[in-house]
Amino acid sequence: MKGFELHEPKTVKEAVDTLTRIGPNAKVLAGGSDLVSGVMKDWVEGSGMPIPTALVDITTIPQLKGIRAAAAGITIGANTTLTEIFESKEVTGKLPLLAQAAHSVASPLIRNYATLGGNINQRPRCWFLRGPDFDCYKKGGDFCFSVGGDNRYHAIIGGELCYIVHPSDTAAALLALNAQAKIAGPAGERMVPFDSYFVGPRENILNENVLKANEILVEVFIPNPAAGTKQTWLKLKNREVYDFALISVAAAFTAAGDVWQDGRIVLGGVAPVPYRATAIENQLKGKNIKTSIKQAAAIIRTVARPMSMNAYKVDIAQNLVERTILQGLA
Amino acid sequence: MKTIKKSRTRLEKAHISLRVNGESVEVAFAPHKTLLEVLREDMGLTGTKHGCELGECGCCAVLVDGQPVLSCLALGLAMEGREVTTVEGMADGTSLHPLQQTFAELGAAQCGYCTPGFLLTAKVLLEKDAKPSRQEIKEALSGNICRCTGYIKIYEAVELAAARMRGEQAEPAEETIYGRQ
Ligand SMILES: Cc1cc2nc3c(=O)[nH]c(=O)nc-3n(C[C@H](O)[C@H](O)[C@H](O)COP(=O)(O)OP(=O)(O)OC[C@H]3O[C@@H](n4cnc5c(N)ncnc54)[C@H](O)[C@@H]3O)c2cc1C
Ligand code: SF4
Ligand code: FES
Ligand code: FES
Repeated sequence: MKGFELHEPKTVKEAVDTLTRIGPNAKVLAGGSDLVSGVMKDWVEGSGMPIPTALVDITTIPQLKGIRAAAAGITIGANTTLTEIFESKEVTGKLPLLAQAAHSVASPLIRNYATLGGNINQRPRCWFLRGPDFDCYKKGGDFCFSVGGDNRYHAIIGGELCYIVHPSDTAAALLALNAQAKIAGPAGERMVPFDSYFVGPRENILNENVLKANEILVEVFIPNPAAGTKQTWLKLKNREVYDFALISVAAAFTAAGDVWQDGRIVLGGVAPVPYRATAIENQLKGKNIKTSIKQAAAIIRTVARPMSMNAYKVDIAQNLVERTILQGLA
Repeated sequence: MKTIKKSRTRLEKAHISLRVNGESVEVAFAPHKTLLEVLREDMGLTGTKHGCELGECGCCAVLVDGQPVLSCLALGLAMEGREVTTVEGMADGTSLHPLQQTFAELGAAQCGYCTPGFLLTAKVLLEKDAKPSRQEIKEALSGNICRCTGYIKIYEAVELAAARMRGEQAEPAEETIYGRQ
């Protein structure tokens, strides 16, 4: 690994100031499970992805840790670990979807210190990106190796120039729960709904979200779901532990009897961002879920544009949506 | 006190103080090193094993403030003031930890490379839950990979150690030692 300066701010403002002063070569460090082992140790770099020369360790900022429940909803600090999230009574009680998604990440040893902020902001796992020898678009190069290469785990929806899938399980759950991100930057704080937090390669090929280099995700706010909201998380993976989603589905919806009222369906593993399947939601509106889900889930076939080796994902996505919704209803 | 000179040259050393296996220590190391490298290379604690370095095998697991973490993913620098336990700190003087004892009795270690990680992860499990079910043991140890044993002996060793730690007079079943007749 290359050497770096370490900064240990005590407040969010101090962290933002340090990031601003040093510029894009400074990076936020949380648990380090992606930044240290996935990026820095493997020398993953390019003109658009310099190896950080300074790390700003935000685990030294007490304000960023902890889970707070209030009347309107639950706030989770960015430095809260995934284990703390699914062990919290508040979260398992009100937001089982988020608890299950956090529990499905990686392995117990990683969840013990991987943070929510790090999980949401982790870099994609495209194997060309992670391979030091491939200078692709996402690193500032001028080629995408997945188009002609092995793309079995790449995107089936929304790829353009770059075909990554967004790796975060908690992100899919947060989007389904209509959560918001509190971001701190030099100009102060702003709230951004997760609906517009993640950006695809068309908007910014070098980063997967709206955070600027000198901004920090402070916390996440999840409004209390409406009474009776059904929450389901299904994640299909090649092996039980240590694996990213082949496809995941996060669903939060309300139903009157078997009739769909309102809700969100979000897919992971299909697109460069956690993908909200609004077309499926709309198709279900006011309909009997049991009799309409098959047809509604099949809509995924009309939006998917698989690559040479990943058409199998379209079938899985369709079936997993159907299974998730029916499981939630049961 | 941690002193890191603001420089990127490799020769600069970071100095931190922490507690390792119950002793206060100070250690100087190149600031980019992971906890795994600091333990093995700068402190000579080679019980912690170096496997995938990707977070995917668990053989580098150590306890930081009592929780199992992967030392290959953690920065040495982040350990200032923390309490680190490695496999070298498991035995109490000359008497082995019950888990070490049962791993040995049942042959839950073959090549032994994964063993330190399993022992520490299982130790924390048994601190939290004196009588975990087989399923809970599997879940807790799911981040540790073993290429030799096929896991069954490991689960049995954890169960046996748990029974002994509860004060039961537990001996391994013959079948467990010699296999099914
Ligand atoms: C073997 C393995 C398997 C995995 N499997 C899964 C899986 O199945 N599902 C899944 O979702 N993830 C998986 N992961 C990814 C893992 O969950 C992430 O690495 C982890 O959550 C990152 O958290 P961290 O605190 O270690 O972040 P770090 O590594 O410290 O940071 C990750 C990135 O986020 C940025 N960052 C961190 N916090 C903030 C903040 N508050 N504001 C702004 N930027 C920030 C950092 O700059 C860095 O770029 C896996 C990782 C490994 C190693
Ligand atoms: S899919 Fe994206 S990250 Fe992967 S090689 Fe193509 S441009 Fe790079
Ligand atoms: S060496 Fe750390 S998990 Fe494999
Ligand atoms: S005993 Fe050899 S890897 Fe587990």
